[in-house]
Amino acid sequence: MFETLILMLDATMRVSTPLILAALAGLYSERAGIVDIGLEGKILGSAFAAAAGAAVFGSAWIGLCFGILASVSLAMIHGFACITHRGDHIVSGVAINTIVAGLTVTLSMHWFGMGGQTPALSGDARFLDITFPFADALQDVPVIGAIYSNLLSGHNILVYLAFAMVPVTYWVIYKTRFGLRLRAVGENPHAVDTAGISVSFIRYRALIICGILCGLAGAYLSTAHNAGFLKDMSAGKGYMALAALIFGKWRPVPVLLACLLFGFLDAVAVRMQGVEIPGIGQVPVQAIEVLPYVLTVLLLAGFIGKAIGPKAIGRPYVKERA
Amino acid sequence: MTNKTMPHAIELRDISKRFGAVQANKDICLQVPAGTIHGIIGENGAGKSTLMSIIYGFYEADTGHIEVDGKRVDIRSSQDAINAGIGMVHQHFMLVENFSVLENVMLGAEGGALLKGGVAAARVELQRLAKEYSLDIDVDAIVEELPVGLQQRVEILKALYRGARILILDEPTGVLTPQEADHLFRILKALKDQGVTVLLITHKLREIMASTDNVSVMRQGEMVAHRETLHTSKEELAELMVGKKVRLTVNKDEAKPSDVLLSAHHLSQLDSQGVKRLKEVSLELRAGEILGIAGVSGNGQSELLNVLSGITPMDEGEIHFAGQVISAKAPKNAAQMRDLKMAHVPEDRHKMGLVTGFEAYEAAILGYHNSPVYNGKVLMNRKAMLDECNERMAAWDVRPPNPHLKTANFSGGNQQKIVIAREVEQNPDVLLIGQPTRGVDIGAIENIHEQIVKLRDAGKAILLVSVELDEIMALSDRIIVMFDGAVVGELDAKDADERTLGLMMANAHNKEQEGVSV
Repeated sequence: MFETLILMLDATMRVSTPLILAALAGLYSERAGIVDIGLEGKILGSAFAAAAGAAVFGSAWIGLCFGILASVSLAMIHGFACITHRGDHIVSGVAINTIVAGLTVTLSMHWFGMGGQTPALSGDARFLDITFPFADALQDVPVIGAIYSNLLSGHNILVYLAFAMVPVTYWVIYKTRFGLRLRAVGENPHAVDTAGISVSFIRYRALIICGILCGLAGAYLSTAHNAGFLKDMSAGKGYMALAALIFGKWRPVPVLLACLLFGFLDAVAVRMQGVEIPGIGQVPVQAIEVLPYVLTVLLLAGFIGKAIGPKAIGRPYVKERA
Repeated sequence: MTNKTMPHAIELRDISKRFGAVQANKDICLQVPAGTIHGIIGENGAGKSTLMSIIYGFYEADTGHIEVDGKRVDIRSSQDAINAGIGMVHQHFMLVENFSVLENVMLGAEGGALLKGGVAAARVELQRLAKEYSLDIDVDAIVEELPVGLQQRVEILKALYRGARILILDEPTGVLTPQEADHLFRILKALKDQGVTVLLITHKLREIMASTDNVSVMRQGEMVAHRETLHTSKEELAELMVGKKVRLTVNKDEAKPSDVLLSAHHLSQLDSQGVKRLKEVSLELRAGEILGIAGVSGNGQSELLNVLSGITPMDEGEIHFAGQVISAKAPKNAAQMRDLKMAHVPEDRHKMGLVTGFEAYEAAILGYHNSPVYNGKVLMNRKAMLDECNERMAAWDVRPPNPHLKTANFSGGNQQKIVIAREVEQNPDVLLIGQPTRGVDIGAIENIHEQIVKLRDAGKAILLVSVELDEIMALSDRIIVMFDGAVVGELDAKDADERTLGLMMANAHNKEQEGVSV
């Protein structure tokens, strides 16, 4: 039983990683007042660019750079539409998702000719798992061994990076000047403008960070979690991250917990596949997979606390008479 | 206090600003001596807020320049204004509501990339400011939990924290209770004693008289007069604000008022901030008369129109109309009021009277679009709509008489005719009409006035709200004056003259109601 739990938590960590990265990406964007439904597209775009880069250059790190570049570019398009031209955030985000879904497949067919996939990655072209010191030695120590060697050790660098980004984000948002201004701009951009700060510049910077984090999430999917790009491999992770962001009420630590919960549910769903539960029978996987969304809807409906987002979110900033 | 050799704290030279067709500011010159409280007074829309936005770098002037302490400054952004020592307390507070007082004050002046050092410094500085200007406040309180008066104090602290030597307050008492307002004026006095120059923007005469050293009057985008407060009076200022225009004459016979068609009893209404905008207003409206509501704009007339027409519910009081009693418990919305044969020409035709993107024939049936006249079994009857629009355009001399032209592309007067025609042609019993000739050219004004009188003679009851005294005097049979949300006087139109009305509008006719203690 204990071992099963460790295995499921281990899977939770792996599944949660892209969620955490993407949800934190959304946190920067939405805290600055930019709705980011385009997380999904940025992840997918980055997954493709990272896998393509890694396949061509044989290095996961170069792939990661390409992934981040692609994702940040998409974020800048979103910014150009929403900040500079005051477009509708949802429309721009959905457009990005749609374009990326088509473009990644088209480009990979054109470049690699493998039916929308990139070549399978191996060796340095993937992020490999890191084994902690003494992990092997401690393997057989009861409880501690299982936690240290099986749960904590043996993940790739991006997993650890994702978890490290949570305290970093907390620090940036609450303890720095940039964070104060970022939060202010999502609540009342007029206050920021009249304080002599450029609203656009802050929002663009927030989107750059958002792009970088989505880039990490995408690269994780194609060069760490899997060995190559597959059509539509983001599979709704961006939307689930958005749900986690709302579920965590736009705060770093609760967002982390929401991602872990959603990741855990995913791990459960995989585990439950084909398993007969006495008295109930087989639980369809979809029933569990739908839970994150059901929980989010319940939250938004006011059944589980209250989710109040940044006040100025989704509204283009227009200077108007005070 | 005024020292002739000292440079002025702030001086404006020939500032002009145009928004599209609207000349918001025209050749504005202003000199404000250092260490004084300078009032700028004018009606809503006179261009005061635009001018202040230019000083604070929110807008750039088309022409002209600004001098601070005798030196020319180039203000292109709020940051430039702050650097020049200018601070502004906006009419609608520029605060992040879920931030603490401290965070709000620090925003934009954090003193380093990390907050830690800045927070400590800000605490000390805020304590000093609080002591010096009696601006006590709990710096860790969340702004949205503070009463409005204290939120305003945060705005003042924000400006002072940035080292403002010139403080602009835009309609600062609009959201305050009288007690809070009195406290504000004490603070302003303390600021003045410390050498801060205060620019006070308001349309309330008593505030100007009670607290300023000098006052400048704006009207229709122009600076029309400068006075020392000691050597002027409310009456003079009221007259300067409203202005003397060519006298309008309307040919009309004696009114023959008959039955009371509508009566309002003790109507009160609160705004979203909980401030009473309408105070116990009672009135009676008779068939065959025009009742004029006079008042400096912003004294509750708009709220009265909104409540009577059903756009916003009242908080207290009741309306008796068409055999019905309408109250806060039994409200009726605007459509229901329409069904009872009440028509409403709103004050702002762009915001409320028209959909400017609609073609004229569509805009001409707004609010009556469910009427069987315009509807077939399933679809709307476009032909009926167009025919009727053509007919009305001919009858009301709307130019160009093109029902397919977008309403935005008609001139102000013709837009207004479309709105008035729409309401009047429904043959209402009661017509509420706000600012019927605002932004309308002289020719159209006459036409509109004639139509209103015609309607009266047809036995309708008309409630006319206008900030144009001439219009009120020319059209009304009876005049009610509103001030600060309440009715302060009523008189027969025959007894009304500009002086009497001006005094009533400034609430200066009744000395007991005076009362700013500074």
